[in-house]
Amino acid sequence: MSAMVELRGVHKSFGPLHVLRGVDLDVPRGQVLVVLGPSGSGKSTLLRTINHLEKVDRGSVRVDGRLLGYRQVGERLHELPEREVLRQRTQIGFVFQSFNLFPHLTVRQNLMEAPLSAQRRPRAEVEPLAERLLARVGLADKADAYPRTLSGGQQQRVAIARALALEPKLLLFDEPTSALDPELVGEVLDVIKGLARAGTTMIVVTHEIGFAREVADAVAFMDAGRVVELGPPAQILDAPAHERTRAFLAKVL
Amino acid sequence: MTLPEVEAPARQEARRPLEVVTARHPLRWLAAAGVLVVLAMAASALITNPAWEWEVVGQYLFAPSVVRSVLLTLELTALGIGLGFALGTVLALMRLSPNRLLSSVAFGYVWLFRSVPLILQLLFWYNLALLYPRLSVGVPFGPEFFDFGTMDLVGPLTAAVLGLALHQAAYAAEIVRGGLLSVDAGQREAAAALGLPPGRRLLRIILPQAMRTIVPNAGNEIIGLVKGTSVVYIMALPELFYQVQVIYNRNGRVMALLLVAALWYLALTTVLSIAQHYVERHYGKGRA
Repeated sequence: MSAMVELRGVHKSFGPLHVLRGVDLDVPRGQVLVVLGPSGSGKSTLLRTINHLEKVDRGSVRVDGRLLGYRQVGERLHELPEREVLRQRTQIGFVFQSFNLFPHLTVRQNLMEAPLSAQRRPRAEVEPLAERLLARVGLADKADAYPRTLSGGQQQRVAIARALALEPKLLLFDEPTSALDPELVGEVLDVIKGLARAGTTMIVVTHEIGFAREVADAVAFMDAGRVVELGPPAQILDAPAHERTRAFLAKVL
Repeated sequence: MTLPEVEAPARQEARRPLEVVTARHPLRWLAAAGVLVVLAMAASALITNPAWEWEVVGQYLFAPSVVRSVLLTLELTALGIGLGFALGTVLALMRLSPNRLLSSVAFGYVWLFRSVPLILQLLFWYNLALLYPRLSVGVPFGPEFFDFGTMDLVGPLTAAVLGLALHQAAYAAEIVRGGLLSVDAGQREAAAALGLPPGRRLLRIILPQAMRTIVPNAGNEIIGLVKGTSVVYIMALPELFYQVQVIYNRNGRVMALLLVAALWYLALTTVLSIAQHYVERHYGKGRA
């Protein structure tokens, strides 16, 4: 069976800034990949190419065996019409560092919006789904609250539930705990751990080394737009082969 | 050391909480008294001077011709704002489009219609027939299906609505654009990441949030236009301002009738201000 995510030679520049310099990466089904690296190393950009929030300049991104955002004709990749890209995105959940909940909608409406309007599923089916997901992230009593009235940790758990509402094949987390007060980090990590145990394929960009050690099946260390090192957490975190990985870990541990 | 000195008042506080006395502001009181006197003088000047002719004001305030003219003022305002903001929204979206032609055309429109005085634009539309005596509907540069005399199609009312709406659209475009830009980029990203279709993203996610910035500015524009409609008097349309002029030219009660118009404009803008408050509250949902 093919990997859930396959990146081959992915390049991305923002003007003169060459952010991704040829990234190859495989994430097998049901596994959790944690991506570590100093700021500016391209971690977030990498994650954003995996649901086509950033278009790649060169290389290919495959999710579940299908090219993402493009269709191959001979040696060329043609960008898909927006409708197709949107349909592909509904199979990939994305959780942002700054939550990005819709502030004018209640928690329930936040959860139901995408299943209703992007997947066109019937309300009768989506409503109980939203209830179930809120219970799963421990916020069953907050369905009618507006995001602004919740703590950061609660907001991020709602954001995770919102991503899950699409019942995605793959979840992407972009520094999900970096905007949180230290005492709220645990509750969000607990939810992510629960998803990992349930066998969800995930890529998590984070600075939480303890989380990586406990949950990750593999850890990738990125620096200057490349994956410098990739392997099981024990190997990367305790016996890094690369000098730059050692230097980074020495700073954050 | 200083420790005992710090402790001493603390102990005193424990026995009896210290009372707080707010500062007095005698100058503020003096200023308030002065303003009160000025207000009283103004009220007296309004009420006691018979030249205002309050009984004439009362007589004309609800006269059928005046009420009809108020309705026309409202109609012009509603059409001007409605069409203006509809076109303005399209222009704002064009302006934000990555397509250079669309954004340049929108920029050009705003530049043109904001630069030429409204009264001039109104006269242009009013006299359109001088430029194009006949208008037709058909394939561009191809066959024509219908053909009209410009005078029949663009009467004074149409010319007024056209002028007000096209002028308003230029301002509305900037207001809507400002509103769209005020929405956090993360909202757009989240909506895109969830796979929401573009139209839904705009109508359900972006615009409702943009409304928080749009409504106060739009409120200004609506109130501005209620009064602004008075310029169409040059086209002899019987809106409020034109109508009171007609009446005072006949009976010479200039001040009383200007007062009638002023009272109506006051009433209209008051109602609109109250409505604006509730609209703002609606779009403030989930905030603060």
